[in-house]
Amino acid sequence: MSALLEIRSLSKAFGPLKAVSNVSFDVQKGEVLGFLGPNGAGKSTTMKMVTGFVTPTSGDVRVCGHDILQAPVEAKKRIGYLPEGAPAYPDMTPLSFLRFIGEIRGLDGPMLHDRIDEIVKTVHLEGVMHQPIETLSKGYKRRVGLAQAILHDPELLIMDEPTDGLDPNQKHEVRNLIRRMAAKKAIVLSTHILEEVEAVCTRAIIINRGTIVFDGTPTELEERAPESVTKNRLDWVFRTLTSDEADAPQPIAAPAHLQKVAKR
Amino acid sequence: MKNVKSIFKREFLGYFATPVAFVFIVIFLLLSGAFTFQLGDLYERGQADLLPFFGWHPWLYLFLIPAVSMRLWAEERRQGTIELLMTLPVTIPQVVVGKFLAAWAFTGLALLLTFPTWLTVNYLGQPDNGAILAGYAGSFLLAGGFLSIGACISSITKNQVIAFVISVVVCLLFMLFDLPDVADVLSGWVPTVLIDAVANFSFQAHFQAISKGVIDVRDLVFFFSLITLFLFANGLILDAKKAD
Ligand SMILES: Nc1ncnc2c1ncn2[C@@H]1O[C@H](COP(=O)(O)OP(=O)(O)OP(=O)(O)O)[C@@H](O)[C@H]1O
Ligand SMILES: [Mg+2]
Repeated sequence: MSALLEIRSLSKAFGPLKAVSNVSFDVQKGEVLGFLGPNGAGKSTTMKMVTGFVTPTSGDVRVCGHDILQAPVEAKKRIGYLPEGAPAYPDMTPLSFLRFIGEIRGLDGPMLHDRIDEIVKTVHLEGVMHQPIETLSKGYKRRVGLAQAILHDPELLIMDEPTDGLDPNQKHEVRNLIRRMAAKKAIVLSTHILEEVEAVCTRAIIINRGTIVFDGTPTELEERAPESVTKNRLDWVFRTLTSDEADAPQPIAAPAHLQKVAKR
Repeated sequence: MKNVKSIFKREFLGYFATPVAFVFIVIFLLLSGAFTFQLGDLYERGQADLLPFFGWHPWLYLFLIPAVSMRLWAEERRQGTIELLMTLPVTIPQVVVGKFLAAWAFTGLALLLTFPTWLTVNYLGQPDNGAILAGYAGSFLLAGGFLSIGACISSITKNQVIAFVISVVVCLLFMLFDLPDVADVLSGWVPTVLIDAVANFSFQAHFQAISKGVIDVRDLVFFFSLITLFLFANGLILDAKKAD
């Protein structure tokens, strides 16, 4: 079976700045991919290219076999996307907003109604459904964004910092939700919380200055830390892989499978 | 088609979610009333028609239409919702047309609410209601023309003020193309054929013809091709710069 998401030598330059350079990876059904990297590494830009918002400078993206540039509508039908900052129409209520998204996603009538009911319970939006989105707290706005992304039960779910701004209870709930959905979907999420990667991801990719510096399981990531590091081992590896200073803790040779990627 | 409808609905109801609709409609009605009755001498002319009323519409629209169109795309950019919209399974033409039609329907509603003026002239005398209907149609087309220009310009920027100012200037140019002064200035420089061609792009000429009650196919073609042209450009701009 081919991958739900195929990314081939994807690059994006903003003028002289190479925000993303030559990124390639596949995501299979059942995988939860944690997309990590320091601020400005190119995570959001990569996700925007995958979802068809930013046009790549070069490279290809295929969603369930549909090229995002050649067959954008077919590809976008299969994606659920939570953009960075969870934008939503501030004048609308969550109910009217979700109805709008649902209609565009091809749901209508009782089916849409039932689906919204279900999603509202899933992300706990009961009680704010009739309040303008602009008056919602940050965490609730994020939940509306999440609801919008999973409304049509997409095959590929792309979430840019889905748990940012959520309280610990909600973080826990969202992680459970992701685990529950994982079997039927391919999920890509970006995050700055490394525990989240251990908690929900089956795979982690770290990018730094637009290029992939690690691709493997969370366990493999942790094993990069020497025995002497006992606390915050993931943090240690993350900092080592992404620090730009010359006095970085111990240079680490490029992992074997990355050299494979480069040859492709 | 279904997508156009969904986008139309969201956009149209959006006007009423904020005071925008209320403010626009009230100001439109007040100004069109004031212009018609005070400045247009509707009573003193001793004629039962709505020519003074329609005569002011281009000038009213010059400022009011850019105020409606400025938010169409600039606001989507500023709020970041354009990212949401452009990653939904819709095509750019569907979004452009849906949004434009919503804005057009909204101005059409404001125009319909001027019906008391029409009642007044019917009360005062026996106007040619066919001509008045044509006047309304012409005014509606004119609003559509202004809106398509405004929508296109709104897609360039995330700043609504910039969108407003540029739209007013461009719309003003379209209104002034056939003024004798403009023709004079141009006459020494450019060939007459070109002047005539440029004058042919003037809103005034096409609008006045219709508002006098003469619906000529050429005037209809003018407005519809103008709208198509600017909406097409609107789509191209969006496609070229969705994200920045
Ligand atoms: N529209 C744009 N124009 C110019 N530069 C841009 C644009 N969008 C992003 N960039 C630049 O591209 C780089 C990558 O940005 P991106 O938003 O992808 O980072 P990120 O990994 O998501 O960071 P964060 O963790 O802070 O969200 C940054 O240097 C950013 O300034
Ligand atoms: Mg980001």
